Amino acid sequence: MIKLKTQSLQKKGSDLAQSNRQLEILSNGIFKNGELPTFKAKISETSQFPLKARKLEILQINVGYMCNQVCDHCHVDAGPDRKEIMTRDTMRQCLEVIKTSGAHTLDLTGGAPEMNPDFRWFVEEASKVGIKDFIVRSNLTIIRANKKYYDLPEFFKKHNVHVVSSMPHWTQGKTDKQRGDGVFAKSIKALQELNAVGYGMPDSDLKLDLVYNPSGAFLPGDQAAMEKDFKKALMEDFGIQFHSLFAITNLPIARFLDFLIASENYEDYMYQLVEAYNPTAVKNVMCTNTLSISWDGYLFDCDFNQMLELPVNSKSKHISEFNEEQLEGRDIVISQHCYGCTAGAGSSCQGVVA
Amino acid sequence: MSKTYYDPADLRKFSKITEWGEELGNKFFEYYGKVFEEGALTAREKSLIALAVAHTEQCPYCIDAYTKDGLQRGVTKEEMMEAIHVGAAIKSGATLVHGIQMMNKVNKLDG
Repeated sequence: MIKLKTQSLQKKGSDLAQSNRQLEILSNGIFKNGELPTFKAKISETSQFPLKARKLEILQINVGYMCNQVCDHCHVDAGPDRKEIMTRDTMRQCLEVIKTSGAHTLDLTGGAPEMNPDFRWFVEEASKVGIKDFIVRSNLTIIRANKKYYDLPEFFKKHNVHVVSSMPHWTQGKTDKQRGDGVFAKSIKALQELNAVGYGMPDSDLKLDLVYNPSGAFLPGDQAAMEKDFKKALMEDFGIQFHSLFAITNLPIARFLDFLIASENYEDYMYQLVEAYNPTAVKNVMCTNTLSISWDGYLFDCDFNQMLELPVNSKSKHISEFNEEQLEGRDIVISQHCYGCTAGAGSSCQGVVA
Repeated sequence: MSKTYYDPADLRKFSKITEWGEELGNKFFEYYGKVFEEGALTAREKSLIALAVAHTEQCPYCIDAYTKDGLQRGVTKEEMMEAIHVGAAIKSGATLVHGIQMMNKVNKLDG
């Protein structure tokens, strides 16, 4: 069992567990007194406001906030104490949408999606639809958490799932600091097991990508350089191979916002994000081609807006009333957290965008 | 007048030096940017050199900047500390090696 670092903000009763409190912080202070421009003002400089959704390409479904880990900077505030879990009925509604939608990518996330009791049923049903890219975001340690998960590499392989996993660093110290004691060793073992069934091998169709996000109040470095360093170290130290590394910026919400405030890094971090603002990244931010579906079936522009409880600006607000035509061209709902996706080379669930 | 000589907030104002000397300021930043590009040395190696020099120069702005830059590049605490020891070793070596000058002088003046 992994030693838990903390409880979720929700369990602790922190006021930052409330989305409106987070939004209040992001709208006041340096953004209210004019020290820094709001995201709306910034994108208006290059006539990119309002940000509009284009054709839907990626359906990202959050099947629940329960997780076996309590990572320091989790934007979901996930953990073992979270009870929000997608039901099979909602999954059925999602399947109907997957069948009819023009999206080429299905992206399952959580929490640890594998902890949803209907996860395997959902993967089996969804894989029958024949979607081009079927992603499961696995935290790796879940594969070693309990005997009932030991066969996950084989299960993923059987359904040709594209595995995307978090790995904050190639050293134990930095990984365990962010994700909990013992996480590094279990992640390494899980990666070796994924490699053993063919995942991540150079010519393999079984895709294994890693996600890197910084362990503290700084932005990710160059994605290509980081990928090179990760590949070299993981191969030399553990014989592990993977395909691509996605460098993702931490957005200032939930537990990361809590960390920024507690460590007195909030203002500096927001300055970093604003100074690194890249108008080219705005053109390709993921909310313009992605739709995020929550555990209870509501629709959001992205997983971050889901956590901030900012629903889509459309008549279709729930999976039960999904209307792709209505959703296309909708105005994206923004706040200052959006700077996280437009800093430097940009950031998305698929890595850099610019 | 501020109460301290160094204010961390001044670091992010660095680019403002061009306001009082545009041509030279711009040339400096162009040169600076070019120096840190990937070349025969990787940008990561250059960042560690910069961190070591930041310490030997005892520049608080540079220490903040290149500590953060190192973290962004995945540099570990151990690598950072080793780089600083390289700088410290050269600094102390540079002091000590002048001891030969002192010895030469003593030998000349006092046999």
